[in-house]
Amino acid sequence: MTLQCLIGAKFNDFVLMATDMSHLQSIMVQKGDDDKMYKMSSNLVMAVSGEPGDTTQFAEYIAKNIQLYKMRNGYELAPSAAVHFTRHTLATHLRSREPYFVNLLMGGYDTNTNTTELHYMDYLAASVPVKYYAFGYGGMFTLSIMDKEYRPDLNQDQAYELLKKCTSEIKRRFLVNLPKFRVRIISKDGIKDLPHIVAEGEPA
Amino acid sequence: MALQALHGVDYHCKKANGLEDDENVYLGNMSNQCQLYMPPLSKAESQVGEFLVDECGRKIKLNFAHGTTTLGFKFNGGVVMAVDSRATSGQYIGSNNVKKVIEINPYLLGTMAGGAADCTYWERVLAKQCRLYELRNRERISVAAASKLLANMVYQYKGYGLSMGVMIAGWDKKGPGLYYVDNDGNRMPGNSFSVGSGSIYAYGVLDSGYRWDLSDTEAQELGRRAIYHATFRDAYSGGVVRVYHIKKDGWVKISEQDCKALHYKYAEETKTA
Repeated sequence: MTLQCLIGAKFNDFVLMATDMSHLQSIMVQKGDDDKMYKMSSNLVMAVSGEPGDTTQFAEYIAKNIQLYKMRNGYELAPSAAVHFTRHTLATHLRSREPYFVNLLMGGYDTNTNTTELHYMDYLAASVPVKYYAFGYGGMFTLSIMDKEYRPDLNQDQAYELLKKCTSEIKRRFLVNLPKFRVRIISKDGIKDLPHIVAEGEPA
Repeated sequence: MALQALHGVDYHCKKANGLEDDENVYLGNMSNQCQLYMPPLSKAESQVGEFLVDECGRKIKLNFAHGTTTLGFKFNGGVVMAVDSRATSGQYIGSNNVKKVIEINPYLLGTMAGGAADCTYWERVLAKQCRLYELRNRERISVAAASKLLANMVYQYKGYGLSMGVMIAGWDKKGPGLYYVDNDGNRMPGNSFSVGSGSIYAYGVLDSGYRWDLSDTEAQELGRRAIYHATFRDAYSGGVVRVYHIKKDGWVKISEQDCKALHYKYAEETKTA
């Protein structure tokens, strides 16, 4: 379980991903504008948390290989195919001398089938398609809110409000200071940045 | 590294150790600096450190020179880097005259925190790689690329006990650049960083005095002040406060002042103010 927080939710026409913007090292916030989301292709995003160093190296390795696939074959991997490739890579490294310790969420939009996709993957390379999920201690506070409030037919504004509820609960109850979240939306139009969520409300 | 070839280190090492058969393994990092001699164990085992026992079977405690304060920040007029100069091993002060800013080339600086040997070694390897890049591509390497070279080199040895927290700063086509790289494999760009045991104190002064539109002298003084206050509170930091400034035309060494002299100077200023 990590202090970092990744949130992902899949709706009918889009996927929302939110990651906290703090890079923590021991007791310090080393950086307040960190980006834990990596662009895999024109409509696939990977949010990673876990062992520092492993996260960037793994995400960049996967991203470059997905790009290589596109160059070789002239078409992009579908999100589900990219997820399978990622799971396979993580699983082969798992029992090697140097496993990657990364938990990740992959959210994408499949332009062939016009469906949204969100996949959970933990460091043991268990991959599950999910409607919504949140990693880390922060995630534990948000999961119950999602369980209660999630509906697949929410529109973009409603979904953004739902995320806001989650982040303000993190601010209220979580010991660690995670004030800002980076939010991205993945839809048929590709990947777009939404305004950062600055957690509102008072700590409990 | 060019010197060792000239002086025939290979030949002398072989003769001295009688290792004719095994010289390639022994001289691994002489011929290729990125190929250190690895422990004959799996990574998990070398992380436990159980193999580090002395001749009586007692565990050897590795003491890395962790105590340091270094800082770097970007602002309107470039990048300022400031460092202390104390080297400690455990409770013992090894030296008060260490150069913790490593001059990679006229446009790139690196700082040292963590294991002194690791930092000097890997930043020297980086200097070589940067020079080779320059010769191959007929242009200077970007700060982003240089820091990534270093991050990838240390990531290879993740878990094998390297200890370093460095900042790579310089000026390239994109303007001023500042990156933090450490032995976990972290590499991140940023506007201000401080590394080392005194960093908590340095951050206090740095964050409260930091603005993007600082003048050059204000920025240099802010860096100096932050390091001075860290040397005051942190027992593992001290010695000389060195300040560097990176501008469009490369880095300039601004000052090297003893922290004791600074202490009395600042004390005098608060008295008169």
